[in-house]
Amino acid sequence: MSEPIYLDNNATTLVAPEAVEAMLPFFSEQFGNPSSLHSFGDKVGRALLNARRQVQALIGAEHDSEVIFTSCGTESDSTAILSALKVQPNRKEIITTVVEHPAVLSLCEHLEKDGYTVHYLKVDKKGRLDIQEYANLLSDNVALVSVMWANNETGTLFPVEEMAELANEAGVLFHSDAVQVAGKLPMRLQDTAIDMLSLSGHKLHAPKGVGVLYLRRNTRFRPLLRGGHQERGRRAGTENTASIIGLGQAAELALANIEQENTAVRRLRDKLEKGILAQVPYAFVTGDPGNRLPNTANIAFEYIEGEAILLLMNKAGIAASSGSACTSGSLEPSHVMRAMDIPYTAAHGSVRFSLSRYNTEAEIERVIEAIPPIVSKLRKLSPYWSGDGPVEDPAKAFAPAYA
Amino acid sequence: MWDYSEKVQEHFFNPRNAGAVEEANAVGDVGSLSCGDALRLTLKVDPETETILEAGFQTFGCGSAIASSSALTEIIKGKKLDEALVVSNQDIADYLDGLPPEKMHCSVMGREALQAAVANYRGEEWKDDHEEGALICKCFAVDAVMIEDVVRANGLRTVEEVTHYTKAGGGCSACHEGIEEILTTVLTEQGEAFNASAKAAPPKKTKLTNLQRIRRIETVLESLRPQLQADHGDVELVDVEGNTVYVNMTGACSGCQMAGMTLNGIQQRLVEEMGEFIKVVPASAMQKMAAAG
Repeated sequence: MSEPIYLDNNATTLVAPEAVEAMLPFFSEQFGNPSSLHSFGDKVGRALLNARRQVQALIGAEHDSEVIFTSCGTESDSTAILSALKVQPNRKEIITTVVEHPAVLSLCEHLEKDGYTVHYLKVDKKGRLDIQEYANLLSDNVALVSVMWANNETGTLFPVEEMAELANEAGVLFHSDAVQVAGKLPMRLQDTAIDMLSLSGHKLHAPKGVGVLYLRRNTRFRPLLRGGHQERGRRAGTENTASIIGLGQAAELALANIEQENTAVRRLRDKLEKGILAQVPYAFVTGDPGNRLPNTANIAFEYIEGEAILLLMNKAGIAASSGSACTSGSLEPSHVMRAMDIPYTAAHGSVRFSLSRYNTEAEIERVIEAIPPIVSKLRKLSPYWSGDGPVEDPAKAFAPAYA
Repeated sequence: MWDYSEKVQEHFFNPRNAGAVEEANAVGDVGSLSCGDALRLTLKVDPETETILEAGFQTFGCGSAIASSSALTEIIKGKKLDEALVVSNQDIADYLDGLPPEKMHCSVMGREALQAAVANYRGEEWKDDHEEGALICKCFAVDAVMIEDVVRANGLRTVEEVTHYTKAGGGCSACHEGIEEILTTVLTEQGEAFNASAKAAPPKKTKLTNLQRIRRIETVLESLRPQLQADHGDVELVDVEGNTVYVNMTGACSGCQMAGMTLNGIQQRLVEEMGEFIKVVPASAMQKMAAAG
């Protein structure tokens, strides 16, 4: 079989070879502790500053000291949310959305048990928010708004810049989980009212185990981890130097390639989507196709189930992911698909193709060829399907007793 | 990804008896709430002998749902209805060389489809008798509904007690937060508060004679037996030497990947019941030690 094709870049990405190369010395000769005074540490300290500036450039922050290195996107999210609550003990409400990543959603659900009120903004069938609903919720009781910039499953973008302005006018802190956006869309945080923003190294061709919390200067803050003076005392713990250097390098590459993400990668994504939809009936794009990340196509294949699709794709050497219940590890169907009110016979068959600048035209052509027979093979097994189309009135023809 | 056996993969990639049976005279449509999978089983039954001549499945579901459906049809073909009805979900899982704990419900769905199809053939109405909840304990595949029912029925108050009654939480212990949440909910309903430092009934400390001690160990093993037998396994006491208890795991327990975990569970229970430290060792280790000695 030819080389496997990786179309699961919203899950994680290949570490850019340039990033690997930049990291290597920091596993060997450059082992010093950046906090040390001597030359071993000093060199590493300078390299960290360089990485911080590379990240600063990618996100368009005003100061390099607004970049705090963390261990992952989840840590950045938790730090931001818990800090906002800590600095405003009298504000007991949080505003977020129903389609957030579990890194935010699970924490919010946990905070509800501790007595906080969480407002979950709903989405419509295309995964869009109602800004009026949001504006009405802003008040002196709200400690923080946390809204993702792009949805990881559908790629749908939220108007976080506009929402941050509204929060700012209402005197409410604003955080955004931007792990899917960083490196895919241009960002200039200094021109926004966003107070805190999370990003994750491994989503933009840096290694796993490193993330960033952007913290606007003068934003009131309380650290999650206290200890040493690393990251100016805002995130204690000896720095993951090699990974931070890798992230810096990856950020520089991402910035240099951002145009390509929005031209070449977008074109391949569109080709893939059109190619599949032209051949496969009863399939549709979920989310808001007109306003989404350039690399993501989430296609719902009706009347079949996602894990089965992925297993057959995997056999054909194609990697993607699904919103089906059975692929999540928890058996919970995708909360994003449910929130958009996608019928369950389609939600279970949703497959997310997420590209990167490393994908090629030939790969996309191979995928376009491979998908239709996989879908028809599974539809032949489906109780909702008969011959070349769904059975008449599928919901009535097959209405099993659920237990 | 899931850790599917070769057999599961094989039945998924090359399903047997896919599609509806023509001129079927028994149809069973069932679905699993826990994951949204659904299955239609169609049978052609010989009215004279009540033998299943043909079986076909149509499944909307994941890899293990399709494999379980395929396995089910293979198992029941040629069987008489009454023989087929004793096929358990464990039989389907065994046929596939096991299913991941999260996926056992796929085999349950298979068994239910069979029951529904037979009821349909006999002109009866099939009613499902079990409810499935979110999986809490992955080591022993115990779901929330089961834990909640057992907590209510037995007035349980601690995680330890839940482990004694259901096995849940007796393995890696990662689900203890989930069990505490269930206890908190149920106890709150009953007007009580969950107390994490409450102790399960403390073990009595009395000096036993050797004979009393061994009898007591046997009693504890006896009490664990139904749980093991439910998984087609069993345990027998071989010898007791000081703090070491030698046992034989038999039936499905022998050679089971979970045997180590089960031994730990037995050990934990013995330690608690006997109020002393006890080490549970497979009897095979005793022979090895004797050979080495």
